[in-house]
Amino acid sequence: MALLETRALTASYGDFQALFGVDMTLDVGETVAVVGANGAGKTTLMRSIAGVLRNGSDQIRFDNEPIGTLPAPEVVARGIAMVPEGRKLFPSLSVEENLLIGRYGRAVEGPWSLDAIYDLFPVLKDRRNSPGTALSGGQQQMVAIGRALMSNPRVLLCDEISLGLAPIVIRDIYAIFPRIRASGASIVIVEQDIGQALRVADRLYCLMEGRVTLEGPPAALSREAIHAAYFGASRS
Amino acid sequence: MNWLDTIIQGVLLGGLYALFAAGLSLVFGIMRLVNLAHGDLIVLAAFLILALVTALGLNPFLATLVAIPIMFGLGWILQSQLLNRTLGPDILPPLLVTFGLSIVIQNALLEGFSADSRRITVGPLESATFALGPINIGVMPLLTFLSSVAVIIGLNQLFYRTSLGRAFRATSDDRVTAGLMGVRPDRIFATATGIAMVVVTIAALYLGTRANFDPTIGPARLIYAFEAVIIGGLGSLWGTLAGGVIIGVAQTLGAAVNPEWQILSGHIAFLAVLLFKPRGLFPRSAE
Repeated sequence: MALLETRALTASYGDFQALFGVDMTLDVGETVAVVGANGAGKTTLMRSIAGVLRNGSDQIRFDNEPIGTLPAPEVVARGIAMVPEGRKLFPSLSVEENLLIGRYGRAVEGPWSLDAIYDLFPVLKDRRNSPGTALSGGQQQMVAIGRALMSNPRVLLCDEISLGLAPIVIRDIYAIFPRIRASGASIVIVEQDIGQALRVADRLYCLMEGRVTLEGPPAALSREAIHAAYFGASRS
Repeated sequence: MNWLDTIIQGVLLGGLYALFAAGLSLVFGIMRLVNLAHGDLIVLAAFLILALVTALGLNPFLATLVAIPIMFGLGWILQSQLLNRTLGPDILPPLLVTFGLSIVIQNALLEGFSADSRRITVGPLESATFALGPINIGVMPLLTFLSSVAVIIGLNQLFYRTSLGRAFRATSDDRVTAGLMGVRPDRIFATATGIAMVVVTIAALYLGTRANFDPTIGPARLIYAFEAVIIGGLGSLWGTLAGGVIIGVAQTLGAAVNPEWQILSGHIAFLAVLLFKPRGLFPRSAE
């Protein structure tokens, strides 16, 4: 049975509808990639699941309970943490404070603690007292991932974590995903850059204009099929 | 005329203005809410202390301790039930609502306590002084100043040393992302206003023991609070103390030259700072 599931998920910003009935599942221990062009609805999907956007109650189910109408603080309390697009570190907080606020107001059991995050990203320990925004882009992304892990999530949502980073930095960041998986978290990775996503994902969803255009394990999908689903070549 | 004495009296008076301003600064720093009823809430707290003193026969300091949790609760309810609804991209609704609240509080106090001018008496402490070299220092003004320093230290500790303080700063930075971390902005705001009301209650004790007060004096206290916050620089609590001291010293110096100039010279000092340092003396960041 799926740990996280969306059923005919729709989402709108005012009059503009961004998602048109998205069905997606995430099983325990699985890593799923969601790819698509700019404006395909990937970030809207993440923001819907995380509770930033409100949806129909039954459109999103977690642990077989409807969570579509829950606000973000209650979603994270249930075990879904997000690494938001653009990292969104708190400029008034130091690196360590940014990490600590990831588990605000809760005593959470699990493998991730401050020490475990510093073990995962040793460079952050040296910069722990710097303002979060004084770090390089790659290090800021490490803080953003560490901050989400601090809540010991059962589902980790990663929104465009390679955006604006150098390829070598992206490779370093993706290199830690096996360790996150090994900790027991299920992962959703949203990317425009298909290459990285395909390498770590068990399954792939391709979004275009708010709809799922392709789904399946990367090995079963041809480059041409993904290309068509991504850019919509087959529809024209 | 003894200039040193005048300046020291001004510094001590500045402590009172810093107490007026600290709560305003806290609320503005966290939720960008300008509370135009802040001065009236100080007067409300002063009447609450007075009522506790007269009804229960409590010592004013003890009455303040009783009033603090009441005012915290009032601040919490005010924020969560009313002011949270006004927060948004538009800055006008909170201004209008708190302006209306200011009028409501003044008239409610007028109904409840009449327009008579009142005072909280602390007995012989009121006129107690001690000599420090050639200068006589009043015990109550000194207590006022020490309280303001303690409040500023306490608020700084809360802000930079506690988990709640981290949540305050994170919510101030980015409300949506703070929500993703499990922080509930509406509760953070309610707690912040509750804490501001604690500071307001302490300010009310010294306002009410220093001079007479009546239901209409709130807006003038708000002006001093604003000036202290802006002189110090938005978001800096120590700056707020410095701002209060600058207004206090300017007022006593002005009064020393000519008693009619007391209020005016405080405002002129404010305008002078605004002219040369438009963002205040200690702006927190380059926003």
